[in-house]
Amino acid sequence: MLHAILILLGCQLIGEVLARGLDLPVPGPVIGMALLFAALQWRARLRPEAADIGALPIGAAAAFLLANLSLLFVPAGTGIIRQTAVLTAHGPGLIIALVGSTALTLIVTALVFVAVARRTDARPQAGDPS
Amino acid sequence: MSDPARLWVFLAASPLFWLTATVAAYAAADWLSQRANRNPLVNPVLIAVLLLAALLTSTRTPYEVYFEGAQFVHFLLGPATVALAVPLHRNWATVRRALPPIFAALAAGAVTAVTSAVGIAWVFGAPFDVLAALAPKSVTAAIAMGISQEIGGNPALTATLVISTGVLGAIMVTPLMNALGLTDFRARGFAAGVASHGIGTARAFQVDPVAGTFAGIALGLNGLLTALIVPLMIGWLR
Repeated sequence: MLHAILILLGCQLIGEVLARGLDLPVPGPVIGMALLFAALQWRARLRPEAADIGALPIGAAAAFLLANLSLLFVPAGTGIIRQTAVLTAHGPGLIIALVGSTALTLIVTALVFVAVARRTDARPQAGDPS
Repeated sequence: MSDPARLWVFLAASPLFWLTATVAAYAAADWLSQRANRNPLVNPVLIAVLLLAALLTSTRTPYEVYFEGAQFVHFLLGPATVALAVPLHRNWATVRRALPPIFAALAAGAVTAVTSAVGIAWVFGAPFDVLAALAPKSVTAAIAMGISQEIGGNPALTATLVISTGVLGAIMVTPLMNALGLTDFRARGFAAGVASHGIGTARAFQVDPVAGTFAGIALGLNGLLTALIVPLMIGWLR
């Protein structure tokens, strides 16, 4: 588990250094995710016989964090108590904009995904065994 | 036994108390959500926030004092974002086959999120600074606050709108997708991530690992795309 914590923190740290050093518009943790993803892909390619990632401490640590992802938004969410005045000051407009836009975005995204997937899922893939 | 008032003065200022309160409020909220068979209306983030807001208001605790303790939980958002690489790696074969729908849905969803939010609020007469704070509301808080600042919005208001959007998306995604008859967990998860970032992703992981993986991809990609398109689109409103 020690190594898993070190890997997650290390990837985030390198990501933060790259984001700030190169003035990238992406947050450090997102770069850290890309780095860890590249490392995992590389490992699977070099040692295809190696243990599945789920059986390793990094797999267990990731599963634990992602299973409790909702908890991590609670401190920021509680910050709403400082902003209730602004939310109510703009009457129903802001609330309707949030509800309407979120529903529309969910619908449009899912429908476009399914429409395009219907055309591309049937096609054979380049890497598929024939 | 010492004076209870003095004990409270000690506890109310201690990070340990507010950290424990955060985890306890979430544990209670998650228990309720489980009892309700993960009914989307019983959203654990919303319930935990309401419990803590009630506690902070009734004890007159400033948010800054609360955050002294809660920051240890908040900090884990970074490592959790890095951890999204693990399901992405495990489901990479599925993801690679779905790249055309991923990019088509991303473009459509990102544009819809910004234009519909700004459009509706504009119709209701919201001033420019509120529109600017609202425009990036579908992306993860760190990116949204940066965009808001850049275009003349108030980052603190943006943070609140981002969290509200996340909770709304997490509540609405399951009933909406069921009403549309969409059973593809890739599409459902991806929509949750585009519309409602990490809180939608948390909901998607609760429902299905493939949905969670696609939500995580959507959260990352939409952060990038929205950072590019919002400054362009908001320019038309000035």
